[in-house]
Amino acid sequence: MTKSVIHTEGLTRKFGDFVAVNAITFDVKEGEIFGFLGANGAGKTTAMRILCGLLEPTSGKASVAGYDVYRQNEEIKKHIGYMSQKFSLYENLTVRENIQFFGGIYGLTRKELREKTAVLIERLGLNQEADKLVGSLPLGWKQKISFSVAILHRPKVVFLDEPTGGVDPITRRQFWDMIYEAAHEGITVFVTTHYMDEAEYCDRVSIMVDGTIAALDTPSGLKKQFQVESMDEVFLQLARGAKRGE
Amino acid sequence: MSTVRVENIKKTYEKGQVLALDDVSFEVKSGELFGLIGPDGAGKTSLFRILTTLLVPDAGRAEVAGLDVVKDLWKIRQIVGYMPGKFSLYQDLSIEENLNFFATVFNTTVAKNYHLIEEIYVQIEPFKHRLAGKLSGGMKQKLALCCALIHEPKVLFLDEPTTGVDPVSRKEFWDMLDRLKARGITIVVSTPYMDEASRCDRIALIQKGKILELDTLEQIIARHAQNLYAVDADNRYNLMNDLRKNTEIVSAFAFGEEQHVTLPPHFQDEYLSAFLKEKGHTGIKVRKIAPTIEDTFIKLMLENQ
Repeated sequence: MTKSVIHTEGLTRKFGDFVAVNAITFDVKEGEIFGFLGANGAGKTTAMRILCGLLEPTSGKASVAGYDVYRQNEEIKKHIGYMSQKFSLYENLTVRENIQFFGGIYGLTRKELREKTAVLIERLGLNQEADKLVGSLPLGWKQKISFSVAILHRPKVVFLDEPTGGVDPITRRQFWDMIYEAAHEGITVFVTTHYMDEAEYCDRVSIMVDGTIAALDTPSGLKKQFQVESMDEVFLQLARGAKRGE
Repeated sequence: MSTVRVENIKKTYEKGQVLALDDVSFEVKSGELFGLIGPDGAGKTSLFRILTTLLVPDAGRAEVAGLDVVKDLWKIRQIVGYMPGKFSLYQDLSIEENLNFFATVFNTTVAKNYHLIEEIYVQIEPFKHRLAGKLSGGMKQKLALCCALIHEPKVLFLDEPTTGVDPVSRKEFWDMLDRLKARGITIVVSTPYMDEASRCDRIALIQKGKILELDTLEQIIARHAQNLYAVDADNRYNLMNDLRKNTEIVSAFAFGEEQHVTLPPHFQDEYLSAFLKEKGHTGIKVRKIAPTIEDTFIKLMLENQ
């Protein structure tokens, strides 16, 4: 049996009286592409912050890459990668400097840094742009570099928070090629998106409603369960039932 | 009658090194819901900032409600509502204070134009004493729309109002725009979500500072007919790789669980079935389909590269 990279059991986080995450239980398997969907305000960000070791839960259990979220959150940070649309790279550093900076933070040696930077620039086809400031590049490129940087230290799992928002339709698909490739190499991918066609690219998808996981299955399993043709319709059926405002 | 008229607008940044808008021309009719559809970096925000008098073009001219965007800036500012892509309200004022502030600046009161915002405002009213900086994304978006509407603008400019918003809230937002349009407000809205194109009367597809196409959604799709097939097989990873390596195929892109494959005009679906069988695929499904706006946008992008 494939082992779990993320494991949660009754995971709960309250802010005062407000239960942001309400006893969620799920597993993400090694090498899986796991889609983490939900309406704005459903509790996705809170859950993700706990899993990244940035926020302590109120109750319940959770472990990431074998480390406990209560006691070993510093270890978690070392063994995961993270990227979002909001935070990715330093705009006033060059492509090369960004790669070396983040690689250095994750403890790569000088030699490794030199080698990996060269390989990465070559692979992304960025030889011309390697010494340009990241701020001057189109969003699609930034996102590709950002993803590559997030997995530079070969983390067990990478968390992607709406990585393709606002990106053009071709680059969006190239980005997913990179996700597939990473998963193929054994990196577990945990991804949130508001594009429902991207939900179809995931191995399994969970949909959060009002702090709980309302559904979790493969995209085809979910479509069968809700007797609809697309993930968009699955999402609409579930999220329309939400009681909680944002 | 045109409410917005853009003629040969050009805008560059960094001393002419970055071309943001390249000879852009179009018109928006009075009472129209007009969509600018394109990815980040297409030039949508530069265009909005020129039309709302916040940026001066390098060349070309533009009019809003018959007023020139450079000469008549003060008059234009009184009749347009603008919701920037980046949240720009006062974070340290409450919902109610922000709204009152914008009403006062435009020499009106919330009470006078409450009918315009009522439907949206009631959803955030229970939190009216909360600071704008402490609101969730969806609530910020609703407050920003209220503030853009409170002086009863003739034209509403909305720059990516639905980016980062979930599919259910996005549909609700577009329903709201329909009702504002029914009141006679002209709306220009930008979005990176191709599926939202169907909610607009007419759209302009924009990429790298150029308008690639401009018309109704149906007309644009019809003009760019493709010999397009939806293809699926048991092993999707291999399917994708095999399709891309085939040089006869014009293009192949993932669309949800299927691949959308464009073939040269004279090819038939038997060609794909035979090719995939030869590659050892099982569970092969091939059907001819009509292109969506996203297929069309991809085709235009490839042609303009």
